[in-house]
Amino acid sequence: MSNTDYLLAVEDITVSFDGFKAIEGLNLYVDQGELRVIIGPNGAGKTTLLDLICGKTRASAGTIRFKNQEMTRMAEHDIVRAGIGRKFQTPSIYENLSVFKNLEVSFPRGRSVLGALAFRCTDEVRERVRAVADEIGLTGSLELGAGLLSHGQKQWLEIGMLLMQDPELLMLDEPIAGMSARERELTAELLARICRNRAMIVIEHDMDFVARIAHKVTVMHQGKILAEGPMDAVKADPRVIDVYLGH
Amino acid sequence: MSPSELFNIVAMQGFAGLSLFSVLLLMGLGLAIIFGQMGVINMAHGEFMTIGAYTIYLCSHLAETFSPGLVPYYFPLAILLAFVAAFAFGWLAEWLLIRHLYKRPLDTLLATWGLSLGMQQGFRSTFGPKEVSPTLPDWLLGSWSPTDGLDIPINGLFVMVITLAVCALVFLAMFRSRWGLRVRATVANRAMANATGIDTRRTDRLTYAIGCGIAGIAGAAFTTIGSTGPTSGSLYIVDAFLVVTFGGAASLLGTIASAFSIAQVQSISEFFLTGSMAKVLTLSMILVILMMRPQGLFASKVRR
Amino acid sequence: MNACFERAFASRHTALILLMVLLAVVLPASLDIFRLNLVGKYLSYAFVAVGLVMLWGYGGILSLGQGVYFGLGGYCMAMFLKLEASDPVSTRIQSTPGIPDFMDWNQLTELPLLWKPFRHLPLAMLAVILVPALLAFVLGVAMFKRRVSGVYFAIMTQAVALILSVLIIGQQGYTGGVNGITDLKTLLGWDIRSDSAHYILYFTTVLLLGLVIHACQWVQQSKLGTLLLAMRDKEDRVRFSGYDVASFRTFVFCLAAILAALGGAMFTLQVGFMSPSFVGIVPSIELVIFTAVGGRMSLVGAVYGTLLVNLGKTYFSESFPDLWLFLMAALFIGVVMAFPDGLAGIYATSVRPWLLRRRTAALVAAPVPQDGNPASP
Repeated sequence: MSNTDYLLAVEDITVSFDGFKAIEGLNLYVDQGELRVIIGPNGAGKTTLLDLICGKTRASAGTIRFKNQEMTRMAEHDIVRAGIGRKFQTPSIYENLSVFKNLEVSFPRGRSVLGALAFRCTDEVRERVRAVADEIGLTGSLELGAGLLSHGQKQWLEIGMLLMQDPELLMLDEPIAGMSARERELTAELLARICRNRAMIVIEHDMDFVARIAHKVTVMHQGKILAEGPMDAVKADPRVIDVYLGH
Repeated sequence: MSPSELFNIVAMQGFAGLSLFSVLLLMGLGLAIIFGQMGVINMAHGEFMTIGAYTIYLCSHLAETFSPGLVPYYFPLAILLAFVAAFAFGWLAEWLLIRHLYKRPLDTLLATWGLSLGMQQGFRSTFGPKEVSPTLPDWLLGSWSPTDGLDIPINGLFVMVITLAVCALVFLAMFRSRWGLRVRATVANRAMANATGIDTRRTDRLTYAIGCGIAGIAGAAFTTIGSTGPTSGSLYIVDAFLVVTFGGAASLLGTIASAFSIAQVQSISEFFLTGSMAKVLTLSMILVILMMRPQGLFASKVRR
Repeated sequence: MNACFERAFASRHTALILLMVLLAVVLPASLDIFRLNLVGKYLSYAFVAVGLVMLWGYGGILSLGQGVYFGLGGYCMAMFLKLEASDPVSTRIQSTPGIPDFMDWNQLTELPLLWKPFRHLPLAMLAVILVPALLAFVLGVAMFKRRVSGVYFAIMTQAVALILSVLIIGQQGYTGGVNGITDLKTLLGWDIRSDSAHYILYFTTVLLLGLVIHACQWVQQSKLGTLLLAMRDKEDRVRFSGYDVASFRTFVFCLAAILAALGGAMFTLQVGFMSPSFVGIVPSIELVIFTAVGGRMSLVGAVYGTLLVNLGKTYFSESFPDLWLFLMAALFIGVVMAFPDGLAGIYATSVRPWLLRRRTAALVAAPVPQDGNPASP
């Protein structure tokens, strides 16, 4: 339980579902300003790991510390308020609201019942929405219903909603799934831009994309960490090759 | 109080609990299949029970009018007919109504409530507003006294036997038949079941109809205990839902366990309190436990 | 903000104003006091329907136990009125004068502690709001914290309705049992059974209903309204945007409970009694169908829905009692299968475009009526 310099320190974390251990004794450390990519075959426990960090799933054992603060018992919304943002695998946006409203709702003020009743869309909020919309390339679609966006734009909108909260740790689950080559390109640039003042954890399958964005890569297999390091080193690791190419 | 009297009281009390257990379980079984396996809220469940009860009444009436000699024997056949009648109505209801609403559970609830209102008025128009009772064969009346001072009512035993039989059949069907396999596959993963060639729509219809048919048997069995009126079914519906929810919706074993515990609490508290306060106590206990453990007694932790 | 938004806002106001004109001018001018009192009774149900629009339409949470809160509000009011009607002089033939008649019949010799605060009108009025709000708060926190929602929530609320109605019927000495609390006469000496009182109570109900709808519109306009819609459709996204979903749901559940209780209190005042037949499962589901017929997303629509269904009920159960339940069944099924947005939905998709077309065709510069009036007699 020592304090660390790491932004996020996951130690000895284990989670089991009816005896099946989806994650077992896992350690993960993420630095300030780091962009970490987690790869691994299906069922390796990548999404479960994100679920654990953001509180969607509760750990059976182990600790998760964010800025040296224990998170394992915290309510989901408190974890978010502590500075951790999470994007889901399939775009999760409010399809019936306009893009503007989607972003406005994500603005981190008026989060209590009374606060929400008293909340006013001030110039400050509007400016922030414009700035984020600019970042994710949706300035022209602010008044559009979010349900009318293309799949790629929905992914960006959800990233934008997270940016509204200005989290210190941003976790993205397969952000480029279903995107065209051009959209992937733009997303890689977007991630590189927004990573400047925050740490990120990204789950991704596309190796070219991973090589392009990752500072460091973690390979998971059967609920454990198989290898960790720079992309080139990980790629050359015989155990990783074994897992990916089969026995 | 002599030891034998005390034993008699305990035995009768225990029997009352078991009897209530079989009633609750019989009510809950059909619902557990429809709600637990399909996720459909069938508010008309009680009315399907009433269909079964009226079938018995009709059969007894026919037997009396046309061949009084058959009166002792009509009952088993009538129970079968009760199943068939409720099954047929269930099939029809699924085709006309339920299948359009699978993705909207709350709307299904309202629509089936409407269905139950319509059925109640249908009963009233057909059979009249008064409660009716079938003429029961002699072998269902009276009681059995294994020792002096101990009276076990035959009709209670009969309901228990029916419950056991239905339970056994449901378990056999669920875990040994093709239908059961299809139902379990559909519950586990509808899209995948579809892809492996299971006609999930047909499975749904059959499941719903079988659930309704079991409700029909339950209604038929209850004619041995009480009379039947147009709104009899609505008395059961909340209890039946609580039995299923309390047990853990997707688990038949849970339904049995919850029917048993609810029946015991209810019959024991009825011994000490008035009927209505016992009911209040039982319901409140279920509610409090469900608030602490919303998934019910039996629920599996699934990785999502 | 933008033009579309402002137009929607304006049309909301017009719809409310039109409703108020109908209720406060047209109906009193055209109905006798007996019928108007009947409308007032229906309007007290409309409070519940308006609460259900917030809870079910906006919040996505269906409560099948709103009769509980309607009943609690009504009972709190009735307890005060009953105590006033049971003064020692008018109850001198009882074995214990000064307590309500049903207590005397049940061999109670003293006013139960639970009843004592209801001797005072301010306390009773406070109880009308606080008792239901507290119950809703406790139930809401317990259930929403544990993520009970959808059909499970519906079943649990139904169980609460069953428990309360069994309890009220079972505890005759304390509640008046199945007959309820009857023979309510005066409010601080003012005879609530007179025609003039019926008029005043009717207008009070209309005014209160207008205020309530206006307040709910304001809540819908606020960020809280947006959040309710957001968590109805994407609960997890809202949660992982840093909002405590349970506290918002508890809020809207309490809001709906308070509105239902206001309706119950106005019901007791106008009709002069309260009984467990308004608490149980059947009346609770009927309250839901009023909302569904009016349109689960429309506050004003809920009022029209309530009026229409009740007018139909009164008419049919007098003239063709057999037909009424079939009609009610058809209403439940039809609304769910064919018109999930109710009258408000029909207006928005059929009537308004038709009105607009007519206006364009006739090139009349007159303003478009903003709301159809499906409930006009």
